[in-house]
Amino acid sequence: MFDISPTEWTAILLSLRVATVATLVATPLGIAVGWLLARREFWGKSLLDAAIHLPLVLPPVVTGYLLLLTFGRRGMVGAWLADHLGLVFAFRWTGAALACGIMSFPLLVRPIRLSIEAVDRRLEQAAATLGAAPGQVFLTVTLPLALSGVLAGMVLGFAKALGEFGATITFVSNIPGETQTISSAIYSLIQTPDGDTAALRLVVISVLISMAALVASEWFSRRALLRLHGN
Amino acid sequence: MLRVDVSKRLGEFTIEASFASEGRVIGLFGASGAGKTSLINMIAGLLRPDRGVISIDGETLDDTSARSHVAVYRRRIGYVFQDARLFPHLDVRENLDYGRRMNRLTEDAALWRRVTELLDIGDLLDRRPGKLSGGERQRVALGRALLSQPRLLLLDEPLGSLDDERKEEILPYLIRLRDEAGIPMVYVSHDPSEMRKLATQVAIIRHGRVTAFGGAEVLPAAHAPV
Repeated sequence: MFDISPTEWTAILLSLRVATVATLVATPLGIAVGWLLARREFWGKSLLDAAIHLPLVLPPVVTGYLLLLTFGRRGMVGAWLADHLGLVFAFRWTGAALACGIMSFPLLVRPIRLSIEAVDRRLEQAAATLGAAPGQVFLTVTLPLALSGVLAGMVLGFAKALGEFGATITFVSNIPGETQTISSAIYSLIQTPDGDTAALRLVVISVLISMAALVASEWFSRRALLRLHGN
Repeated sequence: MLRVDVSKRLGEFTIEASFASEGRVIGLFGASGAGKTSLINMIAGLLRPDRGVISIDGETLDDTSARSHVAVYRRRIGYVFQDARLFPHLDVRENLDYGRRMNRLTEDAALWRRVTELLDIGDLLDRRPGKLSGGERQRVALGRALLSQPRLLLLDEPLGSLDDERKEEILPYLIRLRDEAGIPMVYVSHDPSEMRKLATQVAIIRHGRVTAFGGAEVLPAAHAPV
């Protein structure tokens, strides 16, 4: 049962790489957006909030198709990126990371936003009276106090990115070694005669990874509470 | 020399206050809701006046007619809040050192020793704020403000959240601070006996206005209503 084949290993490692890259790239953006939503009033704020949550409610295949239209070889953004930066998303693992990043973004931003909202603004005022410029206040007070929320968001985003299926397979297809993640490998195996055992192996592995991510996320949240109470 | 001449509308409430003082400790005395905290928030730069001027030693911090406003973090005005507001993720030592780091001042061991001895906080350095008593917290907050080397220190009812016994514990430190630290202070309180012990000049604040200004004699008798 636990004799993992090279193809399965490839899918597992690719999944981990896609989810890691997606999370690492999305995190700074998620912190910026989380801070904007928590601390700033501006025109179009609810529009931004809605746009971020859109992938959560749209059918994933729609998100994937929209990505194909914009970031595909002939898509407006995709063609420009390919010509000017040599960055190609269509049918590459980078495209899988992009799809996963966008699909997991709402889950990543939410804990970050909530943890920044929970930071006592009076502490930020105190920091300013001690001579800290706004950027310093953010780096030395807001971010450290919201850190556990940031980590929880990263873990949650990572877990979501790891399991993403619909948008990824629509956008970058299911090419072993390039875009075949655990999810699409399971999908292929189920449709193959005698693929059941291998599929089950991957199912067990993906359950284990997801469980670990949820436990880690819970642990970080609890740390956040302790930190805010000054112990 | 601190000069304040401001007006600010906050909902239904209007602050119209004007005073100038050379005093070592300027007391702002009045009932809660009289506008004392809003007034020192304006001095700190946390609140912008609708109209008026705030200056310290001839340097203008706010002048609405010239549209000038110096940002909080550039004012070098220390602030001790009623609720201490120590950073919970830093230990006492890091809290005390915060202002020096933010202002990129060089380490000053003599000043550090003087402040920690003055406030008796040398034994608390490795503790987290969550493990301090109310009185200890307030002493650390005082030390933190002093070590940022401000040119003026604002104290907003620093004894307000303490019981009588703790008040008696902190008051001597404040008196030592006044006599030894050499930093002018603005002290906000609604307790006349505190005022009498600390303030060298007193402004009585009522309904957002300065109704009297002078020495301790402008304070009401010990138990008279404000």
